[in-house]
Amino acid sequence: MGVDGISVLFIVLTAGLMPFCILASWKSIETRVPEYMIAFLALETLMIGVFCALDLVLFYVFFEGGLIPMFLIIGVWGGKRRVYASFKFFLYTLLGSVLMLLAILWMYLYAGTTDIETLLAHPHFPVAMQSFLWFAFFASFAVKMPMWPVHTWLPDAHVEAPTAGSVILAGILLKMGGYGFLRFSLPMFASASASFTPFIFVLSIMAIIYTSFVALAQEDVKKLIAYSSVAHMGFVTMGIFTLTHQGVEGGIYQMLSHGVVSGALFLCVGVIYDRMHTREIAAYGGLVERMPIYAACFMVFTLANVGLPGTGGFVGEFLTMLGAFLVNTWVAIFAASGVILSAAYMLYMYGRIIFGKLVKPGLMAIQDLSAREIAILVPLVVATLVMGVYPNFVFKVTSASVQHLIEQNKVALALDHAPRLASEAAP
Amino acid sequence: MTSISTDLATLLPELIVAGGALALLLFGAMRGEKGIALVSVLAVVALVAAAWFVVSPISPQSHAFGQAFVVDDFARFAKLLILLGSVLTLLMAQDFLESLGLAKFEFPVLVLLATTGMMLMVSASSFIALYMGLELQSLALYVLAAFNRDSVRSSEAGLKYFVLGALSSGMMLYGISLIYGFTGTTDFAAVAHVVAQSGAGVGLIFGIVFLISGLAFKISAVPFHMWTPDVYEGAPTPITAFLSMSPKVAALILFLRAMLVAFPAAIHQWQQIVIAISVLSMALGAVAAIGQTNIKRLMAYSSIGHMGYALLGLAAGTAAGVQGVLIYLLIYVITNAGVFVCILAMRRDGEQVENISDLAGLARTQPRLAFAFAALMLSLAGLPPLAGFFAKFYVFMAAIEAHLYALAIIGVLASVVGAYYYLRIVKIIYFDDPAPALEGDMGTRLGTILAASGLFAVFFVVGAAPLVGAAATAAKALLP
Repeated sequence: MGVDGISVLFIVLTAGLMPFCILASWKSIETRVPEYMIAFLALETLMIGVFCALDLVLFYVFFEGGLIPMFLIIGVWGGKRRVYASFKFFLYTLLGSVLMLLAILWMYLYAGTTDIETLLAHPHFPVAMQSFLWFAFFASFAVKMPMWPVHTWLPDAHVEAPTAGSVILAGILLKMGGYGFLRFSLPMFASASASFTPFIFVLSIMAIIYTSFVALAQEDVKKLIAYSSVAHMGFVTMGIFTLTHQGVEGGIYQMLSHGVVSGALFLCVGVIYDRMHTREIAAYGGLVERMPIYAACFMVFTLANVGLPGTGGFVGEFLTMLGAFLVNTWVAIFAASGVILSAAYMLYMYGRIIFGKLVKPGLMAIQDLSAREIAILVPLVVATLVMGVYPNFVFKVTSASVQHLIEQNKVALALDHAPRLASEAAP
Repeated sequence: MTSISTDLATLLPELIVAGGALALLLFGAMRGEKGIALVSVLAVVALVAAAWFVVSPISPQSHAFGQAFVVDDFARFAKLLILLGSVLTLLMAQDFLESLGLAKFEFPVLVLLATTGMMLMVSASSFIALYMGLELQSLALYVLAAFNRDSVRSSEAGLKYFVLGALSSGMMLYGISLIYGFTGTTDFAAVAHVVAQSGAGVGLIFGIVFLISGLAFKISAVPFHMWTPDVYEGAPTPITAFLSMSPKVAALILFLRAMLVAFPAAIHQWQQIVIAISVLSMALGAVAAIGQTNIKRLMAYSSIGHMGYALLGLAAGTAAGVQGVLIYLLIYVITNAGVFVCILAMRRDGEQVENISDLAGLARTQPRLAFAFAALMLSLAGLPPLAGFFAKFYVFMAAIEAHLYALAIIGVLASVVGAYYYLRIVKIIYFDDPAPALEGDMGTRLGTILAASGLFAVFFVVGAAPLVGAAATAAKALLP
């Protein structure tokens, strides 16, 4: 077990979001409360374990073990189609992960150790083997992220999960995929990563543009945010695989800020869901007249999700696009169009829920935020704004590790090419 | 040249169990109905005493009766597992049989006889000894399967098991005779020597195929699995538990020894067969269990699947593979014991119920039972950090080490499919609306077994090292 500049912030994020989840469940979970808390604490343990693990098998155990409590959280406390959603979530993720298990076993038999530090120090897998290993890890992380086209479990799981479950899912579980790419795929399988980078770019762009359009058409608030998560994760994979300092930092920053922002958005949805018990966008309208504080908080998160300068979302998107621009202009151009689309769907949704005439009879008596809900949302507003105006506190922590990661990748690439160059030079 | 007395001393554990069976038979016949509880207790005592002498043998010899029996670490590991399975069966069965009016002193006696047969099987080092042990356990098990003789289903189970079992024994005997005919010996080591010298001809391969068919029947591997669901469903539940534990261990251990000691030179021939039955078992076990409504039938298909995974280790044909199989069996036996305790606890209004739907909402009515049941199911599904994950972990590792990549990939895919039906049980227990409550009052004996089994499944991850080490030592004894 151990941490470095990359993983430590994810642990902070995990531990930081958890109290909000518990608070958010204070009223909405009425049945089987002890089991609910057990499941959440077990989940937190396993998630922190994922980010601390310094052994591949241990990493896998934590990575997979997290499925069980999440399965129960969705299945027991979820919405109407919870059984379908929980099975889909579980089996999708498991299928990706077992392939990673085989890859881990193969690495162990080849290198004689599963210690991550040793493997990082001597990344010496043959190039052909790297491709297979890379794909096995990719299968697992891509499902977890989720990347287009294996993202379909996410909207179902998000919609059916209880509010706190959605927060954890969007805030932390999705980040495990990106973390995995950073920790394993890039430094250990450098050549394979390099050769599959265009592939990742294409998938990322597809995710950004396609899911943004899908989000535009959603009638369900949670589903809309779920699709927007997929799009934002597209920025993360794009940034990470540019392998530039800006891109990788941006990817990490995007993951952290998305963890806060999407978590907060789900909490916002939870607030109105607790009152009205529906997630249909059409069921709301004109909330600003009855819930001004709520509207203000919701607006901050909406704008952060759009990536407005001054909010946490901007820094990540800007840096990932900067990184992409350094590597491939076209990728950056397509990604930038995603920002416009995200503004479109987020503002469209915000407008329909918050503004307009307050005509729905059910909404006349709706209450503004309670003290508990203010206590949940205000710290997150602060966090979002601080991340927007002073990103350095994150970069101070990550910078050295990212630099190290990029150098590791370069060294590994050089090593992979060295034998070939030598054999070319020999005759 | 050793004397008969040292030979007998080498086989002391088996003698204790066999002698115990005979003595208890006499005792039971004299005391009649009154002595049943005492017979059960004494049977457990005999099994524990046998286990004691397995761990600390009084004779330094590793062979007995020429080369017919061998007592090495491998056999010892297997014997302890078998004895564990038998003890658990006896402890589980007592209350259940009494409630059905089936408490007869023959039950512990038959379990002891079957155990003797199994212990001989795992020590067998010649084909004759192998067959003797196998038949002793099989005959006892046929009777046990039909133990509830007034029940049509139980009688049918016993009869089906007997007819198909006899057929498979015949095939195996035919295979043994072919092997003897083409090598001129029945001793494992001598057969290995002949095969290494003169290669495996067509006749010998026919013999191996028949032998594997017979053994595959005993471990209920596809395509010799047809009896399993019917027998599991029909036999009284504690006997189903017994069938799913000790005999599986014994037959699989025998399978390992026969293939790896007698035919190491013909590995390329039998490896293909083992791979085929392993793949088929994993796939069928995973797919066929999905549609089951009866929990015992489901466990039958689950055991078929698990034997497929265990065979991965044999297919690898390496010491790591053997170690993987041993760990697999250890975890499988203990987890299975817990699951069958849960099944025994499924009673409503004094009646045993077996439908999966009876478990609906168990988490609300019996939270502790539900938790244990769910943990064991997820362990069987092979999810980390539970014990079942490590079982699969080691056999997959062996398969990859032996470069059986395709086999390993099929294996993990089957495990994903299989995870579905285990999850379905968890779903029924936790997500569904409660059915009328089960009694769930299981008594201290069953409760202890269940607790031990559940704790094992959850905490194997922290205490695995000595068990894995013991399995490695045992594997080294077979394949130095």
